[in-house]
Amino acid sequence: MESCNCIEPQWPADELLMKYQYISDFFIALAYFSIPLELIYFVKKSAVFPYRWVLVQFGAFIVLCGATHLINLWTFTMHSRTVAVVMTTAKVLTAVVSCATALMLVHIIPDLLSVKTREVFLKNKAAELDREMGLIRTQEETGRHVRMLTHEIRSTLDRHTILKTTLVELGRTLALEECALWMPTRTGLELQLSYTLRQQNPVGYTVPIHLPVINQVFSSSRAVKISPNCPVARLRPVVGKCMPGEVVAVRVPLLHLSNFQINDWPELSTKRYALMVLMLPSDSARQWHVHELELVEVVADQVAVALSHAAILEESMRARDLLMEQNVALDLARREAETAIRARNDFLAVMNHEMRTPMHAIIALSSLLQETELTPEQRLMVETILKSSNLLATLINDVLDVSRLEDGSLRLDLGTFNLCAVFREVLDLIKPIASVKKLHVSLNLAPDLPEYAIGDEKRLMQTILNVVGNAVKFSKEGSISITAFVAKSESLRDSRAPEFLPVPSDNQFYLRVQVKDSGAGISPQDIPKLFTKFAQAQSTATRNSGGSGLGLAICKRFVNLMEGHIWIETEGLGKGCTAIFIVKLGIPERLNESKLPLMPKVSSNHGHTSFSGLKVLVMDENGVSRMVTKGLLVHLGCEVTMASSSDECLHVVSHEHKVVLMDVCVPGMDGYEIAVQIHEKFTKRHERPLIVALTGNTDKATKENCMRVGMDGVILKPVSLDKMRSVLSDLLEHRVLFEAI
Amino acid sequence: MDVVQLQRQLVDYRASLYHEAFLDEQFTQLQELQDENNPDFVVEVVSLFFEDSERLLNELTKALEQQSIDFKRLDAHVHQLKGSSSSIGAQRVQKVCIAFRNDCEEQNVEGCLKCLQQVKHEYSLVKTKLETMFKLEQQILAAGGSVPM
Repeated sequence: MESCNCIEPQWPADELLMKYQYISDFFIALAYFSIPLELIYFVKKSAVFPYRWVLVQFGAFIVLCGATHLINLWTFTMHSRTVAVVMTTAKVLTAVVSCATALMLVHIIPDLLSVKTREVFLKNKAAELDREMGLIRTQEETGRHVRMLTHEIRSTLDRHTILKTTLVELGRTLALEECALWMPTRTGLELQLSYTLRQQNPVGYTVPIHLPVINQVFSSSRAVKISPNCPVARLRPVVGKCMPGEVVAVRVPLLHLSNFQINDWPELSTKRYALMVLMLPSDSARQWHVHELELVEVVADQVAVALSHAAILEESMRARDLLMEQNVALDLARREAETAIRARNDFLAVMNHEMRTPMHAIIALSSLLQETELTPEQRLMVETILKSSNLLATLINDVLDVSRLEDGSLRLDLGTFNLCAVFREVLDLIKPIASVKKLHVSLNLAPDLPEYAIGDEKRLMQTILNVVGNAVKFSKEGSISITAFVAKSESLRDSRAPEFLPVPSDNQFYLRVQVKDSGAGISPQDIPKLFTKFAQAQSTATRNSGGSGLGLAICKRFVNLMEGHIWIETEGLGKGCTAIFIVKLGIPERLNESKLPLMPKVSSNHGHTSFSGLKVLVMDENGVSRMVTKGLLVHLGCEVTMASSSDECLHVVSHEHKVVLMDVCVPGMDGYEIAVQIHEKFTKRHERPLIVALTGNTDKATKENCMRVGMDGVILKPVSLDKMRSVLSDLLEHRVLFEAI
Repeated sequence: MDVVQLQRQLVDYRASLYHEAFLDEQFTQLQELQDENNPDFVVEVVSLFFEDSERLLNELTKALEQQSIDFKRLDAHVHQLKGSSSSIGAQRVQKVCIAFRNDCEEQNVEGCLKCLQQVKHEYSLVKTKLETMFKLEQQILAAGGSVPM
């Protein structure tokens, strides 16, 4: 459009064109003015718009353009210079701003475009996150289901409940149509339908275990999709033309207890499996999703564990019940045994008294009867009665001893005794029987055997007597030899009794006694039985020999009490046998005057029977009793010197006299003085005669006085021949004699 | 008389002596001591007893007749008598001696006198019995038999 400064008529020929231009300019101006208004209005409305000043710039540009066009309206007619100036100004400004805007837009438009790109990107991201969240939620859901299922399954230890719960929960979680469990039969060749979800009582379908589809499932630890038409999946008759849902099968390992000992579980070689079949509802478009399959696999494993726990528990409950039963039975047995022992003890206690009393009466009266006048037949009968009752009394005592030995209530009566005398006495006792049977008995005592020993004389003798008696009893002919010696450490060990470890010490020694016989012998199997109570070797010979069978049992116990050991060696039947025992005995200290042990009442038939040539001095004031004493001694073979007063006694006494018998109960004369003086006269012990007091006083004072002055013995008057004999022999053996008062 | 009869008589007599407690088993002991080395042992002892006892009884009588009785001495004699009688088994005599000794200890004069009388009595009894017995024994020996124990 040109603007000129000439004066031209206003409405030229192109009036129409002018008019249209005029109108267009007007409208352009209008639009130009309204656009920025709109922009401002909307920007104000929006919260975020980073480029406000750009907008201002743009607005300015548009306003100025509008202004320009507006001012252009006045240029169609004659216009003044001011208008032209204004017009020019407006145009200049517009030019500036628009150039600036154009320059600015170069920077701004790429930015604006990138904003858009970022928006698209963010949207995509949001969509992706949404997807992922959906997935996680599904997984979490699955996990929750598994936990719940496991909880349900493991909350019970009953096998059936476990399986039933599994199916129910699986059915619920996965919204299954049918769920079934096939268990292997006992034979292991078939699978039997054991549990189903919908059907209450599954009919006993069985399928053979070696179907290919089953093998496929069993060979993998994962859930495997199988065809709905295979035998394990065809549980219900197909109804109509419905499309059966997808079927999945998974193996359930059945573990045995022994399997838990292997570290790498569950990879085991010999396994039995059950088959779990799950069917989705038919006519639904549902498919097995991966997470559902995982769920199924996890559940199958858990079921296996739960079943094994149930099995272990069952096992342990059974074992505990068994133990309880056994305990009850044992308790009963123990109580019965205690009752039996108590009954036996009561019986023995009664027997002790009740049986001994009549026995005592029988023995006592029989011996009294023996003393009276009897015809020979009567005497024989009485002797038999006496012998039998003695035997019976011994039997009773044996049985009682055994019971006391069992209880452990028996104690040894320790005392000092003459060892050789014991053996000789046994020999004397056994000689009559042996000579009747024409058996030769020999006794060998080792020279190093101590003369005296400390131990239980009575029981030792009982033992020796029993052993020797057995030897005699079971030998029909031949000889018996008894050997006794001190056992040295090599001979103490016996291979048959490794637990017997003798410990010799200073004042003790081990006595070893061997009794060898040439009798029927014993077979080696019978040897252990010999020492048991009431048992006897089963040969007919022993049957007839009588005896209760207790003898050796008692001997064994006595020997054990003496810390020893007893056994029998034999070379077999018919070759005789040797009974050997070792017992521990003490060695007594040397006897001296201050420690004179009290002897028990003098026993008869000891050692010496004649004292020929024994020089004895008798001192007694009373002529009659002096003569009687002399007569006694002369009868025993002694050479007697008499003295009627203490002076005479002291005068006559010499070292040739072995014994001085003096009467000390004479009042007014101090017999004790004499004893002291004799002691003084003979300082050497072996020269001094043994001084024995004869007294009628039975009080202790006399005895104590005698002991005090150093007398070697005291005898009570009256003295019989037998008494004198045994007194002398005891005296000479022991060099001491104190009669029990 | 028949030897057998004599012997039976002797045995019965002896039995009666024991039965009546004139003698006790001490006398039997004495008899046991008699053997071929000592054939008259019993007789010797008994004779000695008689001598001894008579002497003692005299002493006792004398002692008790005294004005002031010496009980100690009395006791000593009785003790002797007791010893002798017990040595040969004269039981009754011995018993009286025991009672006599008690009286002596108590210094009971009357008791002593009474005991003395008793002792004398018993002694004479047993002496007679023993002498009779010995006579029987002599008779048996004279008749050619042997004296049963």
